[in-house]
Amino acid sequence: MQKNHKIKRGVSLYSFQEEYFLRKMSLEDCLAACASMDARGIEIIGEQMVPGFPKLTDAFLEKWFGWIKQYGLEPVCHDMFLDFKKFKGRRLTEEEQLQSIVRDLKFANKLGCKIIRVIVSTTPELMQKAAPYAEKYDVKMGIEVHSPWHIDNAWMKKHFEVMEKTGSPYLGFIPDMGTYTKKLPRVMIDNLIRKGASESIAKFVTEAYENGVLSEYIVGEVSAMTKKPIDMALAESSRFYSYTNPRQLLPYMNRIFHIHAKFYEMVDDETEYSIPYDEVIAVLNEGGYDGYLSSEYEGNRHIQDVFEVDSVEQVRRQQQMFKKLLKENSPARSLGAVTP
Amino acid sequence: MFEKYMIVEKETGNWKENGRIEGFQVGARVPYYRGLGISMIEDIQLSVDGEAIPAEQLVVELHGNHYTLKEMESEPDDRWEFGEVGNIKVKRPGGLSSGEHKIDMLFNLRISYMPVNGVRRDSKTINF
Repeated sequence: MQKNHKIKRGVSLYSFQEEYFLRKMSLEDCLAACASMDARGIEIIGEQMVPGFPKLTDAFLEKWFGWIKQYGLEPVCHDMFLDFKKFKGRRLTEEEQLQSIVRDLKFANKLGCKIIRVIVSTTPELMQKAAPYAEKYDVKMGIEVHSPWHIDNAWMKKHFEVMEKTGSPYLGFIPDMGTYTKKLPRVMIDNLIRKGASESIAKFVTEAYENGVLSEYIVGEVSAMTKKPIDMALAESSRFYSYTNPRQLLPYMNRIFHIHAKFYEMVDDETEYSIPYDEVIAVLNEGGYDGYLSSEYEGNRHIQDVFEVDSVEQVRRQQQMFKKLLKENSPARSLGAVTP
Repeated sequence: MFEKYMIVEKETGNWKENGRIEGFQVGARVPYYRGLGISMIEDIQLSVDGEAIPAEQLVVELHGNHYTLKEMESEPDDRWEFGEVGNIKVKRPGGLSSGEHKIDMLFNLRISYMPVNGVRRDSKTINF
């Protein structure tokens, strides 16, 4: 790890979805949790935790900036969605979709965010049309590179072509680290076994995936082994994860301004079950990445049926892993208040 | 995701108007990780003790607003917030009899970035 690397730690509040949904944690509680881990960069999904989205009242903004200051945080990114299927029977027109993106650029700008996560389904053509608005509101647009896509496949290449064609510094990528899933998430497989999938099929699928067998082949072979729909669902799950070489990020480093540090299960303070973060962070370091690693916990949906979810503990473990991998020796900069 | 949290037991029961039980309601949360414009809740289905309630009889009560499923289809602005508890109300004088009733609920969500809709179910036995 370069001594003077500029990689920063943050959290996507998406990580606390379980507790927020059940009203066990408020937005302020989520922000305080981030501060307690010295993870200063805040990513928010407006449609999750801002009631009345897309309206931002003066009262809300006063509270928001008050908490940002009190807890010593920095608003970084707002995750947008593009609901082109808003109305049954028709798609939103190109103009309506553009206006939806502009709505999110304004929203992010008001919250003090410098980036929006652009959902993967957004077309390169729309990105091109939206680029001048991104500049107007000074908010960068990062297309999320989410599995099963990866940064070198056809869709992302088309996005890259638009980035190069416009030359706009406001267009870029937000790679999601789920594209470096080396082993299928144990929590996901165990969930399907609880739903009736056979352990032998699970073993077959997880081993094949780890051996790099294409998911199409896995699905094909399993279809000859079983008649149970839940077994097929387990085989099909291999389609939605991918393991590609993290070094593929290197040629695009100057277009990568945010990272979704996706994770499904931190087994302890050092290891994510599926994703080799040591390899990933080494690549980011080599490439001179200077943005945030934004923790994105997505394990709750796989364990909530039988376990009590503790998202804060999961995020805490991932942040500890980052501190170690980033060789953070110095104490936290004091940006405001307190960590207990 | 969030299926087991769909039916909200403490908001489920009979409701009164002018002192008389006029129907029953099921407390509900949308099983999705963000709030959703209600035009994208493509279908809600409710069964009580194995008997499906006809779609036209369902009224969604959300932060003081009331919608039939048909009205929700074209509503451009209102949203069912993330984790918000709404009520699915059914008019039925006398409501449901006291005792246990099996409630089955289905939400069909039209999520734009997914190639197929998200269909999620919950089932609970609730004491009325």
